[in-house]
Amino acid sequence: MLSRIAESLFWIGRYVERADNTARLLDVHLNVLLEDPWVDEPSANASILAVMNCEFEGPVSRSDVLATLAFDRDRSSSIAGTMAAARENARRAREVISTEVWESLNMTRNQLPRWSQASRPHEYFVWVRERAAVVWGLSSATTSRDDAWHFMELGRSLERADMIARLLMTRSLEGTTGPNWTTLLRTCSAHEAYLRTVRALVTEERAAEFLLIDRLFPRSIAYNLDRAETILSEIDGAGASRALADRARLALGRARTNLEYRDVGEILADLPAQMREVQKACATASDLIRDRYFLPASTVMWSQEAL
Amino acid sequence: MTSDSLHTPWTGYSPQAAWDEAVDVHGKVREPYARVYAEIDRMSGDDLYARAEALASTYLAQGVTFDHAGEERPFPLDIVPRVIGADEWDIISPGVAQRVRTLEAFLADVYGSQRCVTDGIVPRKLIASSQYFYRSVAGVDPANGVRVHVSGIDLVRDQHGIWRVLEDNVRVPSGVSYVLSNRRAMSQMFPDMFGAMGVRPVLEYSQRLRSALAKAAPEDVDDPTIVVLTPGVFNSAYYEHSLLARTMGVELVEGRDLETHNGRVYMRTTAGRRRVDVIYRRIDDDYLDPIAFRPDSTLGAPGLINAARMGNVTIANAVGNGVADDKLIYTYMPDLTRYYLGEEPILPNVDTWRLEEPEAREEVMDRLHELVVKPVDGAGGKGVTIGPKVSKTELEAVRKQILADPRGWVAQPVVQLSTVPTLTEEGLDPRHVDLRPFAINDGDDVWVLPGGLTRVALAKGQLIVNSSQGGGSKDTWVLGGVRHRGTAQPPPEARVEFSGIGSVPQASHPEDYAAGQEQQQQQQQQGEPKATAQADDAADHLGANGHDGGEG
Repeated sequence: MLSRIAESLFWIGRYVERADNTARLLDVHLNVLLEDPWVDEPSANASILAVMNCEFEGPVSRSDVLATLAFDRDRSSSIAGTMAAARENARRAREVISTEVWESLNMTRNQLPRWSQASRPHEYFVWVRERAAVVWGLSSATTSRDDAWHFMELGRSLERADMIARLLMTRSLEGTTGPNWTTLLRTCSAHEAYLRTVRALVTEERAAEFLLIDRLFPRSIAYNLDRAETILSEIDGAGASRALADRARLALGRARTNLEYRDVGEILADLPAQMREVQKACATASDLIRDRYFLPASTVMWSQEAL
Repeated sequence: MTSDSLHTPWTGYSPQAAWDEAVDVHGKVREPYARVYAEIDRMSGDDLYARAEALASTYLAQGVTFDHAGEERPFPLDIVPRVIGADEWDIISPGVAQRVRTLEAFLADVYGSQRCVTDGIVPRKLIASSQYFYRSVAGVDPANGVRVHVSGIDLVRDQHGIWRVLEDNVRVPSGVSYVLSNRRAMSQMFPDMFGAMGVRPVLEYSQRLRSALAKAAPEDVDDPTIVVLTPGVFNSAYYEHSLLARTMGVELVEGRDLETHNGRVYMRTTAGRRRVDVIYRRIDDDYLDPIAFRPDSTLGAPGLINAARMGNVTIANAVGNGVADDKLIYTYMPDLTRYYLGEEPILPNVDTWRLEEPEAREEVMDRLHELVVKPVDGAGGKGVTIGPKVSKTELEAVRKQILADPRGWVAQPVVQLSTVPTLTEEGLDPRHVDLRPFAINDGDDVWVLPGGLTRVALAKGQLIVNSSQGGGSKDTWVLGGVRHRGTAQPPPEARVEFSGIGSVPQASHPEDYAAGQEQQQQQQQQGEPKATAQADDAADHLGANGHDGGEG
C-alpha cells in the first residue's frame, strides 16, 4: 500500500469517527444546557470548546458552540469540517476504497450545506451519526481485510478512544454539573449494554468502569486502545523500522493498562487529568504511526541523482 | 406514436446547414437513429428533462466531475445518445488503426534513423524545430516497440457526411473515463432501448489497457508492477486517472510517491520500497523528470528518464510523442501513410494550409475571415480563431501573430461539424459534435474502443467542443454488437443446469414462517374490510402487534 494512500485512509477513519462522536458530544451538551437549572451557560460553552481544543475569545453562546463544532467547514474539530475532509481524503484514495464507500462519503459532503440552517440541531446530529454508520457499514461489507482496512480501522479506533476520553471530560465542565452517568452511557449507545452486563442500576463507579475498561463493549476506551494495538501488530511491513510501530503500541498499551489496573475510584477522583493522559497517548501513537508508515524515508534523492 | 398528443420532443427539430446524423434534409429519420427517435417520441418533454436531471444528480453523487475554474462540476452528459451504424464503424475502426500504425512508424523513424527525412517526405527543419522533439530520448527503443500505447484520434464529419481526421493525440489523450461512466449512466437510463439495439460494449477498455501495459514491460519482468502516474487531485482529469487505476486494479501514484535508485524506479509503500515496471503517466513530458526537463517541476520524479533510457522502466505513452501530433506533421500524415504502410489513407484529413510556406500564406492571409486558424501545438481549443465569428480587430491581431511566427500556425477551411439532436433549454435542437475514438496498441494489434467520446458544443452554432470551453458529452453507441438478450433459446445443456437451481431450500427461523402465524395473518386480513387492497398495511399492523407483544 502506498504511504500516501495509507495516510488518507487513516484520516478517513479518524474524521468520520470524530464527526460521529462530536455529534454525540454536542447533543448531550445541548441537553445539559436545557436540563440543568443552575447552568452558567457561557462558561459551560467555553469549557466544551476547551475540551475540543478550540480557542474562543469572549463569552461563548450556544450558537457559537454550534457554529464552531457543528457547521464550520474549515475546522478540523467541527462535524462539517471533518466530513468534508474525510471526503477529500477519500477522493485522493479513490482507487483503493470501494465505490459504495466513496459515494456515501461524497453524498454526505454534498448534503452538508442543507443542514447549516437546521432549526433543530438534534436532527442534524442524528443524520451525522447515521451517515457515519452508513460509511462504516459499507466499508465493513466491501473492504478486504488488508492494509487498506487496517489503516482505516486504526484511525477509527484511535479516534474513538480519544473522543470518549473527551466526552468523559464533560463530567467536570466549568459552570455546570455536567451530564449524569446515565446520559453519558446513552450518548455512547451503551445504556442497554450496560444494563445487560452489569444487571444493576447506574452507579457512578460501575458506569465509569463500563465506559473506561469494559473488554467487550466497542465503545469503551480500553476496548479501542486494545483494538488499535492489535491492528498495529497486524499491519504488514515488519522489518527495519519495526521499532517505531512498537513504540506506538507501547504508548497505547501503557494508557490502557493504566486504566485497567488502577482503582476506578482513583480515576474518578482525578478524571480530567486521567482522560488527558489517554488523549496524549493517542496523539503520541498517531505521530509515531505517521513517522513509521506515512513519511518518506528520505527526500534527498533528487540532489543525489542530479550530481 | 401517440395520436392524442401531436407535440413530441421532436416538434420543431430542424437541422441547419451541417450534416445532421439523426434526420436528413427531407426530415426523414436516418436508419441508425430510428429506435432512439421512436423512444423519445413516446416521451413527454418533461419526462426527457426529468431523466436529464436524474443523470446530472447521479454524476454528482458518483463524483463524475471535472474542475472548471477551480470548481467541481458534474460532467455534462446529454440525454440523447449518439448512434453510429455498423457500416460507418467499419470505416472508422480500420481508419483509426491505420492512423495509429502510421504514427508509430513515424515516431520510430524520427527517433531512429530518420528515413522519412532522407527520403524527402518530411523536411528536416520541421522535426528539428518541433518543441516536442526530445533528443534525450532519441535512440531509445521501447520494450515491445510501442510508443503510442493509447491514442485519441479526433474525428469530425463534414457537411457531406464524410469522416475526417481533425487531429491526432498521442501524448496523454484524455476523456476515456467519461466514455465508461457515460455508458454506465445511459444504459441505466434507457435499459430497454439499449438492450434491443445491440450496442457494442466499451467496458473491456481497462482490461485491454492493462494487458497492453503489461506487454510493454521491460523484457526480464514476468509479472510487472504497473502504476498510473497522476499530477494529483487538483488536476482537471483526476477523476479519469483514479477510475483507470481502479478499474485496472493498479496503484495510482503521484510524483512524490516515486523514487529512483541506480536507474530503477520504486514507489514508497507502508512496507518499504516496491519496484515499478510500467508507468502509465498522465503528466506531460515537460513535467515528468526535473533532471531531464523542467527543473522546477515537482509533479514528476527525478531520474525517471534515465531509468527509462536504461530500459528498467517503461513509460507509456513514450516521451517525445508530441513531435507526431503537431498540427504541421498532421498535414503530412496522408503522405506518411503511403510511405510507411504502402496503403491509401482510409480517413482523409481536413484540408490544411501550412502557414510557414509562403505560397500558402499568400493564399490565406486575405481570407482569414472565412478560415479557422490554429496554433500547431495547441490543445483544448485554446488559441483557435474561427474567422467568420470574430471581429476585424481580432482578425488583425491573429494576422500579426501569424506573421511573427509562421511555423506556429495552420489554417483550415471552416468544417461544418455534423450535428446531433441535443437537449437544450428550448427542447431538442441540433448541436455540433466531434468524436474521439480511443485506440490501444499492445504491440501485436491496434484495438479501437467501439464508440469513443462524443463532445458536443452546447451553445447554438458553436463549433468548439472542448469541455474546457463549455462543451458537453454524449454517450456514443456503435451498433452491430451481438445481441444476447431474449433472442436465442438457451442450449439444452444449460437447461440441465437450470433444473438444478433452487433445489437447496433457503432456511429461516423455525417460528417465523410457522403455519400458526400464517393463519393469524389470514384471520387478520379477513377482518379488514379491503383485505386485498391493503395487504401491505395488514402485514404492517401484524408486525407492530407482534413487536408490542414481545415487549409486554
